[in-house]
Amino acid sequence: MDPLILSRIQFAANISFHILFPTITIALGWVLLFFKLRFDRTGDHAWMKAYFFWVKVFALSFALGVVSGVTMSFQFGTNWPGYMETVGNIAGPLLAYEVLTAFFLEAVFLGIMLFGFRRVSNRVHTLATFLVAFGTTMSAFWILALNSWMQTPAGFEMRDGVAHATDWLAIVFNPSFPYRLTHMLIASGLTVAFLIAGLSALRYIRGDRSASMHKALKTGVYMGAILIPVQIFVGDMHGLNTLEHQPQKVAAMEANWETRPNVPLVLFAWPDEEARENRFEIAIPNMASVILKHSPDGVVPGLNDYVGEHPPVAPVFWGFRIMVGTGMAMLALSWAGAFFLYRRGALPVPLAYGFAGMAFSGWVATLAGWYTTEIGRQPWLVAGVLKTADAVAPVPGAHVALTLTIYVVLYLVLMVVYLGVLTHLALKAGKEGDDEPDPAVEDQPLSQPVAGE
Amino acid sequence: MNIDWQTAMPLIFAGLMGLSILIYVVLDGFDLGIGILFSVATDEERDTMINSIGPFWDANETWLVLSVGLLLVAFPVAHGIILTSLYLPVFVLLLGLIIRGVAFDFRAKVPVHRKRRWNFLFFAGSLTASLAQGYMLGVYVLGLERGPATFGFGALVALCLAASYAAMGAAWLIYKTEGELQRKAVRFLRSALVFTAVGMVAISLATPFASPRIFEKWFTWPEIVYVAPLPLVTGAMFLWLWFLSFQLPHKDDRHSITPFLVLAGIFALGFAGLAYSFYPYVVPDRMTIWEAASAPESLAIILVGTCFVLPVIIGYSFYAYRIFGGKATDLTYD
Repeated sequence: MDPLILSRIQFAANISFHILFPTITIALGWVLLFFKLRFDRTGDHAWMKAYFFWVKVFALSFALGVVSGVTMSFQFGTNWPGYMETVGNIAGPLLAYEVLTAFFLEAVFLGIMLFGFRRVSNRVHTLATFLVAFGTTMSAFWILALNSWMQTPAGFEMRDGVAHATDWLAIVFNPSFPYRLTHMLIASGLTVAFLIAGLSALRYIRGDRSASMHKALKTGVYMGAILIPVQIFVGDMHGLNTLEHQPQKVAAMEANWETRPNVPLVLFAWPDEEARENRFEIAIPNMASVILKHSPDGVVPGLNDYVGEHPPVAPVFWGFRIMVGTGMAMLALSWAGAFFLYRRGALPVPLAYGFAGMAFSGWVATLAGWYTTEIGRQPWLVAGVLKTADAVAPVPGAHVALTLTIYVVLYLVLMVVYLGVLTHLALKAGKEGDDEPDPAVEDQPLSQPVAGE
Repeated sequence: MNIDWQTAMPLIFAGLMGLSILIYVVLDGFDLGIGILFSVATDEERDTMINSIGPFWDANETWLVLSVGLLLVAFPVAHGIILTSLYLPVFVLLLGLIIRGVAFDFRAKVPVHRKRRWNFLFFAGSLTASLAQGYMLGVYVLGLERGPATFGFGALVALCLAASYAAMGAAWLIYKTEGELQRKAVRFLRSALVFTAVGMVAISLATPFASPRIFEKWFTWPEIVYVAPLPLVTGAMFLWLWFLSFQLPHKDDRHSITPFLVLAGIFALGFAGLAYSFYPYVVPDRMTIWEAASAPESLAIILVGTCFVLPVIIGYSFYAYRIFGGKATDLTYD
């Protein structure tokens, strides 16, 4: 068995599983802070109820993110030693700053945020909530700086086959970083918006009419409706940035085999890598040229310029389409939902089912987008610097096959349990409505204002 | 004074990494140990035990990420060699950490009738992770070689480390609980100490045979004079802890944190001994810290950040431990 492809699948499996949870916690941290601030401002206890429900989801997602993240930090060494040996001087400090400025911050203040509700003053508890949200976002900042550097490296020079840093500002703020960071942060916001709207809609369908459910539902739907057009705009800018710095990736995304003007926008096709052409193609004439070059006869780079140096076409092409398609569905649903909530103050039941069904649509779009950009980086691990094949560890294929199998089984089981627990929590909360008792610490002075006290 | 950064920087980072590993072993040691002690506790005791570590375990595990991160950033070549030759044990460690980490949260959130299953997984994951760490340490001490002797030695260290984590867990329970569970924790501590002591003696006897180089470092004149206090003080602390345990728990809960601090001291001394045995190698007998180090400019960037951030981290960690000081009560957020 080939250790290279097995190691790639294993890393992809790990990082795919991992990214799902930070995608939730990054934005959910800020939403929790929003709930907390609304409560502080209005004194309306329903905000606190919403906080208590969603903080459980946060804790669970955070735990899964931590354990899968620890796994990742070891896999750099166990499977990809060539990576750190070649670009360790760049990747090392970025990862170190992530641990130092983000991981400890979130981990320590998470304890206070979860368990300290009755032990610290309300102000400190709000501050802890802020620091956790800030920590998750810092973590995204550093890891996306590193990822973007792998896509569009800058600020370094090669000495004896090893990258040395020459300009740290150029490394962190490399050409694709601002776009990728913005795109990812909004993706996290959308994932959380639809998760909150989805689970709240589930409670709504089950007859829960509590104030906290309603507040969360409105937060989710409005947040989605506001963020999705912004995301479409940012995504377009990110695409143009990719066209400038990684044209072969855009060529694969569009399945455009020839560099030429008047390139059509392919809506559906089966890219055939052997014949280097698209089968079963359905396309809008000139549209890709218009989108990418803002003119029907704009010349769009094609895969023929990068034979042997471009990524596999089908997964990049399909990944991109799944992401965009999910985004369109999000746009339609969140705007319809926002309209009814704003005008009628309630959600029609079919729309509620729509939201419940789309609760995890953010995951689909995020994964599809990451597959597009990461597979689109191949055959390079660090664009133009290090090929993936040159970084892999000399570990026997059988060992990798064994660990890969167990990881995949474990992750599938954990995913089933995670989704089961989330559903269980939502249904339980839906049944109890706002009658569920508040969490408390026995024998502790109540430093927190609570309804009716 | 002229500091030679080429020489100093890898030393500083070896020190930082050592410190980080030591903090990890002490902190995650007690919460892994509590997972191991799950096997001998009742269901209600388990809830209290979890409450005693609830707010801390996430941050404790972050020290592991920092340790492997420092190995990764400061000694990238060694990182590759060590982790690829420990491929399967690392995998087992991660498996254990994943399972116990999620069990920690799932056990409180699943429907009640499934709670026992997650309690068991919390125990199994904690034990697996502890054994894997011990095994890796053993194999590392012997220079990452393969063979039945290495395997045996690794297994021995694995059992010893799991036992000492259990002792840490018991010591933490003595500090954080009261009543019947506290009395039980004292008994746990004594049993775990016996295993730890037997294991440590066996390891000390085996090491000189396993590695002549380490033997020479310890048992040649005049080095033996300088290093002799290390095992002597360790032994004395062991005995002190052993006799102290017969008087615990005190009526007014005096000395409830002493066992934990003494054990942390023993860990620190054992760790110093290990560090002395290895110096100057990062991969035993194969690669020194200078051969494995990253470029000094990159290390300098990290060092500057560390000097500012590490004190802050230690500061707010202490703050968190203070907030959740005292006996573990019914901590909950759900």
